[in-house]
Amino acid sequence: MALLQISEPGQSAQPHQHRLAVGIDLGTTNSLVATVRSGVPETLADVQGEVILPSVVRYLPEEIWVGQAAKNSAAQDPLNTIVSVKRLMGRGLADVQQLGTQMPYHFVAGGSQMPFIETVQGPKSPVEVSADILRVLRQRAEDALGGSLTGAVITVPAYFDDAQRQATKDAATLAGLNVLRLLNEPTAAAVAYGLDTQAEGVIAVYDLGGGTFDISILRLSKGVFEVMATGGDSALGGDDFDHAIADWVIKNSSISANLSPAEQRTLLDRACRAKEQLSQEQQVVLQFGDWRGDLTRITFETLIEPLISRSLKACRRALRDAEVEAQEVQAVVMVGGSTRVPKVRQAVAELFDTEPLTNIDPDKVVAIGAAIQADALAGNRQDDGDMLLLDVIPLSLGLETMGGLMEKIIPRNTTIPVARAQEFTTYKDGQTAMMIHVLQGERDLISDCRSLARFELRGIPPMVAGAAKIRVTFQVDADGLLSVSAREQSSGVEASIQIKPSYGLTDAEIARMLEESLTRATEDKNARTLREQQVDAWRLLEAVDSALTTDGERLLNANERESIEAAMLRLRAAVDEQDAGVIEQRIKHLSQVTDAFAARRMDDSIQKALAGKNLDEIET
Amino acid sequence: MSISMTPKAAQHIKRSLEARGKGVGIRLGVHTSGCSGMAYALEFVDDLAPEDQVFESEGIKIIIDPKSLVYLEGTELDFTREGLNEGFKFNNPNARTECGCGESFSV
Repeated sequence: MALLQISEPGQSAQPHQHRLAVGIDLGTTNSLVATVRSGVPETLADVQGEVILPSVVRYLPEEIWVGQAAKNSAAQDPLNTIVSVKRLMGRGLADVQQLGTQMPYHFVAGGSQMPFIETVQGPKSPVEVSADILRVLRQRAEDALGGSLTGAVITVPAYFDDAQRQATKDAATLAGLNVLRLLNEPTAAAVAYGLDTQAEGVIAVYDLGGGTFDISILRLSKGVFEVMATGGDSALGGDDFDHAIADWVIKNSSISANLSPAEQRTLLDRACRAKEQLSQEQQVVLQFGDWRGDLTRITFETLIEPLISRSLKACRRALRDAEVEAQEVQAVVMVGGSTRVPKVRQAVAELFDTEPLTNIDPDKVVAIGAAIQADALAGNRQDDGDMLLLDVIPLSLGLETMGGLMEKIIPRNTTIPVARAQEFTTYKDGQTAMMIHVLQGERDLISDCRSLARFELRGIPPMVAGAAKIRVTFQVDADGLLSVSAREQSSGVEASIQIKPSYGLTDAEIARMLEESLTRATEDKNARTLREQQVDAWRLLEAVDSALTTDGERLLNANERESIEAAMLRLRAAVDEQDAGVIEQRIKHLSQVTDAFAARRMDDSIQKALAGKNLDEIET
Repeated sequence: MSISMTPKAAQHIKRSLEARGKGVGIRLGVHTSGCSGMAYALEFVDDLAPEDQVFESEGIKIIIDPKSLVYLEGTELDFTREGLNEGFKFNNPNARTECGCGESFSV
């Protein structure tokens, strides 16, 4: 029979409609699953009471082992036991062959770009291996929660690119999980500490795991975390602390450095235990073979000093990249088992000049944050507005302006829901309709952006160019639905359209569009300058043309008219030739040759205005 | 007759309320839905409604609306563990049939 959990007021689910959601920390070394039960986030244990699942998969002819059992067999069956598969996620065969020197597996090329690992069960892609880990966690969660899962939030490193994120998503789908969202690991850690409920500030997340070190600098504003910088060392972690102790043992004993793999394992296990004890005690006794020795905390701290320094160096670099001072960091979150070492905490506290947050188990903090986010996304806590607002617009939204340029109305990374308006005007005299072309992208030319929709605003009262005021409003609701409306202010005519902006755009496409906007910035700037000059040219030509039609006969002699028309011709040619500099020159030239004409037209219209009036009338 | 809870249930509710940081107690309720006619509800309480009845057991306030109370008189709230799953259970003397899922019942 199902057991009940406590719900938020008015939120208790109908029978059989529980929304079971979990957070999964899919780590390089270890993975965890957590959920929120009766308002309390907690990690879920397996039947043996183990919370941590080693991220190791062993393929046997008929079976798949995941976790501790697989890890234990890594030494005896290295080719079929896959460890640290996360390092391979979203990588191409070429990248992997580079890593291959550190990994014993036989890689084979698959049909796609993905590398496959040759096992007794045939070739396995990193996505499949990850899916096998996720499947175990999913089963554990469903057993623990007594029902099938609505969805999961899975954490990924902040530096994961789009391919790596997509691979993680694919693994989840393969494992039968509905991914509510991928969440950056440092963001999850910050969420676990409730930092997302604070107004703003800079947060550092110091993540020293078993084998990797990551530092992330986040900026929080209005409930949204922005990753300002990431850094780290992919070969620095608690394992190195163990090695430092092991080396010390070898140096201080008569033991030869040439140990068998089994002896080495034993020594490292002892070293690891000593390291853990030294977080509580000042001194421990280490025994290895016939040798016994005392290791004090002070000696241990000297041994790991260079390792800690390396992590601090990466922190300083990340701060520099983020362009913030260490003092500006308001909170430091500690993640990873190695942050239990008092010396690590002390060094971090000194660097940031603030006591780091450590009261949540550093092994569990990421999974717990993911669980809290999953709970919110599954709709289990819509109570009092502290719902996380982590959704932002991935690409800017805007519209086409004259010359085929993209005018951004809502810049990317703006949190939704949002509404922004901007005023536009008509380009031609007597213009009665306006085409609104809605676009998405970061580039300057519309041809490089994605077209979302077009609609027309009709019934604009005829006015001179630039007199009409057309207010265009872009509105994106909480579900990411964009609606665009245009309204002519004096007459009130209105038109609108609704679009789903991210429709059909894969994460990869979004990433590519973003990347191009950065790598092609100069190209875009030049293109924009050219288009702007072209628009100016057209506008001037339009104005001169209409002036010639109305007043050319009366106010110009044949010579003058000829030189103006020649200048126009030259400008038209320049517009077609697409050289911004030449266009600019010829615009100047045309303006000069029409100066006298413009002055005469001005005089003429003043005379007309004054004609038939006496002095008294004019003076008043 | 009244409403009560086991010390284990109280302990978990206390922990949940502390983690949540607010709330005056816990609401036990009955909804008219579910596969056997009625369904239990268990919610945190921030504000009391004027018609609410308040019981106290093991130091925890139990809040029940009068309509639900007729179905829940004498109920004891328990917290149990079944395998990996853990959660709250209504030991309701009024319930005659329970559906297999235990989430709904009839009197």
